Amino acid sequence: MPNSPSDRATPDRATPDRSPSDRSPSDRSEAPRRVTVQRKGPLLMEGPVEVELEDGSVVTSDRFRVALCTCRRSRRYPWCDTSHRDRV
Amino acid sequence: MEHDRGAPGLPAPRGPLSEGVEAYLRGAGRLPRLEDVARAAVYGEDLQLALYLCYELHYRGFAGVSPDREWDPELLRTRAALEHRFLSALRADARLHDGVDEALAGLLVEPVDGTGVSHFLRDEGELWHLREYAAQRSLYHLKEADPHAWVLPRLWGRAKAGMAAVEFDEWGGGRADRVHARLFADLMTDLGLDTAYGRYVDAACAEALVTVNLMSLFGLHRSLRGALVGHFATVEITSSPGSRRLAEAMRRTGAGPAAEHFYDEHVEADAVHEQVVRHDVIGGLLEEEPQLAADVAFGIDATGFVEDRFGARLLADWRASLSSLRAPLDRETAHIS
Ligand code: FES
Ligand SMILES: [Fe+2]
Ligand SMILES: [Fe+2]
Repeated sequence: MPNSPSDRATPDRATPDRSPSDRSPSDRSEAPRRVTVQRKGPLLMEGPVEVELEDGSVVTSDRFRVALCTCRRSRRYPWCDTSHRDRV
Repeated sequence: MEHDRGAPGLPAPRGPLSEGVEAYLRGAGRLPRLEDVARAAVYGEDLQLALYLCYELHYRGFAGVSPDREWDPELLRTRAALEHRFLSALRADARLHDGVDEALAGLLVEPVDGTGVSHFLRDEGELWHLREYAAQRSLYHLKEADPHAWVLPRLWGRAKAGMAAVEFDEWGGGRADRVHARLFADLMTDLGLDTAYGRYVDAACAEALVTVNLMSLFGLHRSLRGALVGHFATVEITSSPGSRRLAEAMRRTGAGPAAEHFYDEHVEADAVHEQVVRHDVIGGLLEEEPQLAADVAFGIDATGFVEDRFGARLLADWRASLSSLRAPLDRETAHIS
């Protein structure tokens, strides 16, 4: 599902932190959640996800698949925006 | 005989082929002769409009034209002749790579000083350029992701699941206000354009028609499912960086929030779609049907070829301070000057 603009990683939109331990065990599916790593490019995981950033703020994405930036070059960090590509 | 209500009117013909097809659709004349199809310029205005007319019967049809014409054997014979010319030309002109990885490699890098349309629009585009671009692109974006839906029954397993997931995203994830075609209509409103389906067919140049005919050709033929997947991958892979430049162009010119949002949404959405299409759709398809690798590569290369022609046409006109459109945009609909 596409994100609405309010899902963007802007600090004013950050929701209060909630660590995984705050959740009741029933929140979690028994099946392990698969994360796909690549030598180059984002981490891929099933959405929706919450990401806690360094400043403690939490951003969410409700896409069916989420691409998390690993190169730190994204202008929409923590979401990948293809800035990891080689420049030629 | 029931006619499609709310469907667009027939556009103005551009030569004997499109004239013949239209006359036949209205029940008022003969289809073009196959010799004329064989003689026409393959990427030209007339042949491409004739093909476009045939394909539109599979989408929304035309006012005053029976929906049953979609499966009219005589018309399908003409369409097959047009498609044969088009596909043969694409295979001759576009084919560059034998392997999928080689074909994709060129798309997965970012040129440091790109010179494409999105670079032009970001750096020096004015509102009239953006309006022309949106009018030309509206032929596709008002039915965004629809031509690709035809491939779904021809895929299975990982490829089907991945394709369906991306399509669901394109169609708003179950929410009508997030359907990408809807977001594009909102962009058009910001730019003072008419959002009626088919409104700018008369204005669109042959190079724009070619880009849409390519999708319909690949989508409607099961035999071209590999090419359709290659085409879709190309669109998704190239969209994210291009959309960022177009979003910047919209912001710089003050086009409006919906105009910015359409491209902003595509920066992030297509960074994900690219991954799903490459890993699951292409990967899954080639696992099941490895013999389709050359077709996937052809779809990638053909898409690059028609997009480059379209971009070159726009830039040639704009650099000469000319309109790229065949019919001027209605000034009155512009709420911006
Ligand atoms: S991994 Fe894609 S932008 Fe960083
Ligand atoms: Fe889209
Ligand atoms: Fe997409």
